[in-house]
Formats: sequence, C-alpha cells, structure tokens
Amino acid sequence: MTKVSMTVNGRTVSGEAEGRTLLSSFLREGLGMTGTHIGCDTSQCGACVVHVNGQAVKSCTVFVQDVAGSDVRTIEGMANADGSLSVIQQAFQDHHGLQCGFCTPGMVMSAAALLKENPTPTESEVRHYLEGNICRCTGYHNIVKAVLAASGQDVSKIAAE
Amino acid sequence: MPKDGGIGASTKRREDVRFLTGKGRYTDDINIRGQLYAHFIRSQVAHGTIRKIDTRDAEAMPGVVKVFTSADFTGVGGIPTGWQVTSRDGQPMLEPKHPVLAEGKVRHVGDPIAVVVAETLDQARDAAEAVEIDIDELPAVVDMKAAVKGGPLVHDEIGSNLCYDWGFVEENKAAVDEAFKKAAHVTTLDLVNNRLIANPMEPRVAVGDYEDHSGQHTLYTTSQNPHVIRLLMGAFVLAIPEHKLRVVAPDVGGGFGSKIYHYAEEAFVTKAAQILKRPVKWTSSRSEAFISDAQGRDHLTRIQLALDADHNFTALRCETYANMGAYLSTFAPCIPTWLHGTLLAGNYKTPLVYTNVKAVFTNTVPVDAYRGAGRPEATFQLERVIDMAARELGVSPVELRRKNFIQPDQFPYQTPVAVVYDTGNYQATLDKLLDLSDHAGFEARAAESKARGKLRGFGLAHYIEACGIAPSNLVGQLGARAGLYESATVRVNATGSITVFTGSHSHGQGHETTFAQVISEMIGIDASQVDIVHGDTSNSPMGMGTYGSRSLAVGGSAMVKATNKIINKAKKIAAHLMEASEADIELKGGKFTVAGTDKEKSWVDITLAAYVPHNYPLESMEPGLEETAFYDPSNFTYPAGAYGCEVEVDPDTGKVTILSFTAADDFGNVVNPMIVAGQVHGGLAQGIGQAMLENCVFDENGQLLSGSFMDYAMPRADDVPFYSVDHSCATPCTHNPLGVKGCGEAGAIGSPPAVVNAVLDALHRGGFTHVTHIDMPVSPSRVWQAMHG
Repeated sequence: MTKVSMTVNGRTVSGEAEGRTLLSSFLREGLGMTGTHIGCDTSQCGACVVHVNGQAVKSCTVFVQDVAGSDVRTIEGMANADGSLSVIQQAFQDHHGLQCGFCTPGMVMSAAALLKENPTPTESEVRHYLEGNICRCTGYHNIVKAVLAASGQDVSKIAAE
Repeated sequence: MPKDGGIGASTKRREDVRFLTGKGRYTDDINIRGQLYAHFIRSQVAHGTIRKIDTRDAEAMPGVVKVFTSADFTGVGGIPTGWQVTSRDGQPMLEPKHPVLAEGKVRHVGDPIAVVVAETLDQARDAAEAVEIDIDELPAVVDMKAAVKGGPLVHDEIGSNLCYDWGFVEENKAAVDEAFKKAAHVTTLDLVNNRLIANPMEPRVAVGDYEDHSGQHTLYTTSQNPHVIRLLMGAFVLAIPEHKLRVVAPDVGGGFGSKIYHYAEEAFVTKAAQILKRPVKWTSSRSEAFISDAQGRDHLTRIQLALDADHNFTALRCETYANMGAYLSTFAPCIPTWLHGTLLAGNYKTPLVYTNVKAVFTNTVPVDAYRGAGRPEATFQLERVIDMAARELGVSPVELRRKNFIQPDQFPYQTPVAVVYDTGNYQATLDKLLDLSDHAGFEARAAESKARGKLRGFGLAHYIEACGIAPSNLVGQLGARAGLYESATVRVNATGSITVFTGSHSHGQGHETTFAQVISEMIGIDASQVDIVHGDTSNSPMGMGTYGSRSLAVGGSAMVKATNKIINKAKKIAAHLMEASEADIELKGGKFTVAGTDKEKSWVDITLAAYVPHNYPLESMEPGLEETAFYDPSNFTYPAGAYGCEVEVDPDTGKVTILSFTAADDFGNVVNPMIVAGQVHGGLAQGIGQAMLENCVFDENGQLLSGSFMDYAMPRADDVPFYSVDHSCATPCTHNPLGVKGCGEAGAIGSPPAVVNAVLDALHRGGFTHVTHIDMPVSPSRVWQAMHG
C-alpha cells in the first residue's frame, strides 16, 4: 500500500492504494465518491470517464499511482458553484438525455470534454465522439440532442419530444 | 394544454438531478460497516463432473474468511421457476433442480462452483486462484436440434433435454393443417431469432446483511421487483419468512428483463451474511454478467402463412425450438409460449393459428425475458413472412397488410389465440407512418441513391403486444405461480403533502415524475407536493414490480384506485366541515366546494382535519388519510403500431446504413410524452441492435465467443440515427382507469423486422432477387454473402 494524493474537484485528497489499484476504484472505494460508475472491465463502456488534468480519461484504464498529484474532476464537481446544474447537466435534464442514470456521469464528462475541444460540433461529430460511451436506455437520440443544445445550437427541428 | 405537472405534460424528470450530479444511490454504492467481499469461482467448461474442490490453501490466504461450496448449502432449496408449462401430452414440463452452487456437475460456462469471501475484494480474487477444482469435462450440447435428438443430457436425472413440447391452440391443429392444404398460396420461412444479452449498464450487485439478535435479513439487490425476490428467495430457497426478510432495490441502472429473476448470488450473500454474521457484498464484473445474467431470445423457427386466391390470410403455422439454456430461469418457460403463441394473430384477421414450441435444455447460459420477451419473436416471424408472401405474390407489402388488418369497427376482437384485443386502429398508425416517413417520396430518394451507386430500401413492420401483465386468475390457469396485480399505498400527510409507496419499480422509466403527475392531476395539488417511493419491501405493500410494460397500466391503476379512496374519504371530511351533503362536494384544483354555494375548503384544511380530528365525525370515520389498493387487471393491454425503416446498402461491402426510422405507436393515453418518446427511442436502439449488431454466440463446446463489449456489438451513438416517433393515434385502453397501454417494449418489438424488411427491399430493388431472407444481425458479411453467395 502506498499513500496517493491528488486534487479531486479542487480539493486535495489522499488515500492508500496498491500498485494495481485503478483510478476508478480509488475514487469509489478509497474516496467514497460513487458518482463515477464502473460498467465494464474492458474499458469499452465509458461510464467511468473523468477528467485528468483537463483530459477525458476512462478512469478504469489508469493506475491511480500513475496519476498521483494530478488534477482530477468527476461528475460530483460538474455543477455550478451555487449547486445548480451546469449548462451540460441542465441540457441533459431539459432534453431527457438520461433514463437509468448509470452511464450519465461518463456521458456528461465526455460531452464536457467534447465541447471544450469543439464548441459547436455537428451531429455526426457528437455521435463519433461519444462512440466510447455506451448507453442502453436512451437510444442516444436525446443524448445527442442534449449535447447539441448545450453547445448553444438550435435543436428545435430535431424530432419533437 | 395539459396542466403543468399534470397528465399529458412533458414534465422534466425530478430523478435527473441526483443522477446528473453523481448522487444516485445504486446498489454498488452501498457499503455496510464490516462488510466482506464475495468472489464467485465459475465453471470454465460448459459441461463437466466436479471431481474435487480443495479450498484449504485458499482459506489460509490473507484476509480470507471462508470459501463456500455446495456443501455449505445443503438443506437450501434450488432457485425456483415461476411458471409451469404443460406439454401437448398433458404432462408438466421437466423442471430440473437449479442449485445455488453447482452440485456434482457444471452445466454452462459461468455456472458458480465456489465462492471466496474475504476482507477485501482483491484478497478474495487472489485467493480464488488458490482454490483447486478438478473437473472431468463432458461433451457439451449447444445446438437445440442435436440436444433433442440424443445429444448429451444436460440434466441426467430428468432423462431428456426436452423441457416441454407445447401446442397452441392444440384443438385447432387439424383445422390449421386443413387450411394449409386448401390454400391458394403458402409462404414458408425458416429463421433464427438471435440470442441477445440484455446488458443493462449497471452490472448486478447483491449485498446481504443479517442482524443476529432479531434474525432480520436484509438484501440490497439490483432488482426490477424486490417483493418477488423476497417471495421466491424467502419461501423457496432459504426458508426465511417475509417479516424477517427485507429486500431493497435502490436506484437500479437499467434492467430490460435481466433483473427480474431471482439469481443464485442473491441467495448466496443472504445466507453467507447469516453464516458469517457479517455483511457480504458481491459486485458482478461485466465479464461475469456475460456468463451469469439470463440472456434473451434464441429461437429457431419455421413460420408458414397460408393465403387464399384473394390474398386473405387463412392460417398461420409456427414451429419453434426455444433455448432454455442449462437451467430454467424464473420466467423462462412462459416466454416462448404464453408471451409468444398468443401474439401470433398480430394485427390481422388470420382465423386459424397453430404454434408448436419445443423448449430445450443446452449447455449454455439460461435464457429468459429480454425487452419484449416472446412478442419480438412473434412479431419478427409474422412481419417477415408477410413481406415474403407479398414478394412471392408480387403485391405491395403495405397493401397486403392493410387488406388483412382487423378493422377499427371489429373491437373488441377475439383472436384465435385466446387474447381479446380491447381497442386499436391499425390503419391509422399505418397512415401516420406513411405520412411521417414521406413514403410518397421514397421512389425519388431510391433513384437518388441508385445514382450514387447505393441500394435504398423501405421496410415496414406492424406489431401488437400484450402488456399490462396480467389478470391473475387467467395467468394462474396458464401456469403462473404468482399473481400479477400491483399495489400502492397513498399516504397523505397532515399538511397536505403526499407520499406514495408503489410496488412498481423504476430503473430508468421515471416513475418518480410520472406517478406524481397523475396524483397532481387527480387532486389538483402541485406535483412537487407528491413523492413516489419504490424499491423497498419494508415500506410498500406486496408488489410485483416492473416488466412487461406494466408500471403505469397496473401500478398506476393501483395508485389511482388508492387515490380515489383518499378522495372519497376527504370528501366526507369536507362535507362534515362545511355541513353539506357528501354528494354535493366537488374537488377541483385542490379545493373542495359545495355545489351551488360559495363554501370552500382547501386540500390542506381537510388533511389537517384528518390528523387533528377536533371537529371530525369520529363516531363514523377513522382519523387519518392513508389508503392502500391492489389492482388486478381484467385484461392485458394491447399497444400496437407501425414502424418504418429506410436503409441504404452499399453493394460493394454489404454495409447497411439506417437513413431514417419512423415509429407510429398507439399507446392509448400518455401521461408524459417526453418520457414515452424516450422509452421508444431506447427500444428502437435495442431492436436495431438485434437486427444489425448484437449476437450472442457459443462455439460447439459451449464457450461464449461474444463475452465482452469488444466481441458483443452494443449499439453506439454512431450506429443509430435520430428517430421520428409519434403516438398521436391513440385508442385508449378500455379497462384501466388511466386508459394507458404501456410503451416500454414497443420499440424493441417492432423494429427488427422493419430493418430486415428494408434490407431485403433494397437488395430486391438492386436486382438481388434470389435473396429471400438474411438472419439477424444483418452484418456486412452476411449481407454481402447473401448477395453474392
């Protein structure tokens, strides 16, 4: 066991970890931050996406010791300072971009990374970017719509409801 | 315009806030002080005899508390089956034991053999490597036809791999055969309904807890129906009476059927927590989910349609082999029978239908209901064979369907397969679909595709499903070992707010929002004054849970029934307070008035009086305002619709691209259109996934070849288009108080045949007229091989 420190959502945190401990497990088990979800064991589903030093990362693909000292942001740190939903989170609610909510943390984190890189993506760019995040509930329709809306684009022409 | 937050409003979901901020509480988020971790050791072979399990080295490893085998579960019952099907010869189905941990033999890859329980998960996993298991591998049987023709026995003690041989309607068999002899045309299609894996994004989790001093067990589990788990596990497996067993299903990350069933892991953690006197937690990995969650579909079918010279359907005959896997999962026997054979009339007047289903044990993971369950299989056969018949006869598939539809004035309609459709209008949904999908402009679009060297095709499929499951007395006659009512307790608090405890369960469907909309509409208070509680057997009356698109139709009806009791009592209190006749009291907009006067009492005046009964008719009425109701439906509900898919096939590669998908559904009345559309979107993606991407494949030794998301192609954002969905052609259900039919499964039922029909249409238009069928998934290689093979 080694002590690992890092910044998570602006707060300095530390905990014990083995060499094999993944960032996803450290967040959930070590820090008790259960907003980051684990939906597979082959780094395919994207439910565990967080930002490490501003980059979207599947947190099941990195050993926590390798990102010691990093600046990590998780779904728990995505709301506005006053606790209200951020633009992306609000767009997901407004456009019904989530159902069971399990893939949602990863979707929101990936969407945030996309919009940082590409502030007004096309539908096809959104679909391509989110290809690494699997959702089983929504059929993606309202997720893509929510991301386009969060980018400030008019989505009123995209299939009603 | 619907009232804001009332019935018909696209109210935003209240549950979203916790899910969007990482504050959802899923089962894996629950950690109990002192908990131990369980790691299951599962069979790596599909069939074998267990010679030896040596746990000594493992038990000596750091942190290991105990290694369990079946020897620790003697005296414990097997995992029960909730439905008994009777064979054509009158004999009950064969029902082999399904032990919690393998006893003597393993029967599929993933069959649990032993469980290591340790202080940490890593310690449990490490120690699992040290458990020595000696298995003599036996020949496995995977192919269903081989299994019933003398293949190796999955269960030696029952002497056969044929679970049952069911005929329906058996009395019609001779008449159906006769109709085929007289037919002017017969279309025959052999097809496979591919095996699927539900894959809700949240893997299963179970946490067992036990309180020694009271004998109280608690199981936290990823379930669609916690009360059903309490009943099955308590009564049949562990012999724990209900009052000593609490089952909690908190936020659940999707189910799609796979979280209906009682699983061995639930019984294991519950029992292990009692034995070890410490909480025990098991979290499935995705790899485990692939070999331990019940899977779906897997039918081999010959479907035949007989038509007369005027192209009227005169009879339908279906012969199906249905894979049960190695054990009978909770509802497995009823899926290919009562949820399949009863739907084969579809939207059509076909007077004679006969289905024969042979359910078969194989050395594969058990199969049970998956979104749609039986109804997608029925719809796929029917809508494929109709398209094929239209092609053989040289008539329009649209017009052939229209000609054979049950007419709007024929409802209620007694089908030849037992069920009675209460309402419907299939012409209306077809017309809506053709309009929304601009069918009139199809030829021009096809020409444009052709100019680019692509083949464009349009596929149509109609569907009907039986939802709102189900009238208890009817399903009891058909072999169900449970009632299928739903319950609700409506608790009005002293200051007027309301807490509803429902036996229904939400794992993505949005009950917390929609159920509150219904109460808001009925009483006239703001929806924010209503909370919906579900998923805990300790606070809600016996409920049957959520599956079969039943939540609003059955669970919502129970809530309406309880709320009506509340309103009736509140009116009595209002009459007393306003010194008026009860018959003159009206409730509107949260106010009680006396007809013809200006007297008025608010909702809160009444609720307060109920709990502070100073001026109250105590001699004739109890204080308080809380009511429970159970609702048992008198019939199924019958959502129906028309689905249209437009595809482009690349003739060089066989790659299929969906250009548009349109769904025109009749769900009866709709409480929240936004949520209903979302349910359809999700169903469509799963149906398109089945049609184009997903396939669960075992090799001849019973090894799962599609055992991860790298091998099992889940639909991703760039595989699907924006959908066009409509539910304006509503014919409300006639027998439940909300007039609702259910919308959860429709998308997955209607879409696979629409996709395949579109691909076939594209190929035929491109001159590949020799291609009569392609089995799902219609992958590029399969399409290319069909074109050039």
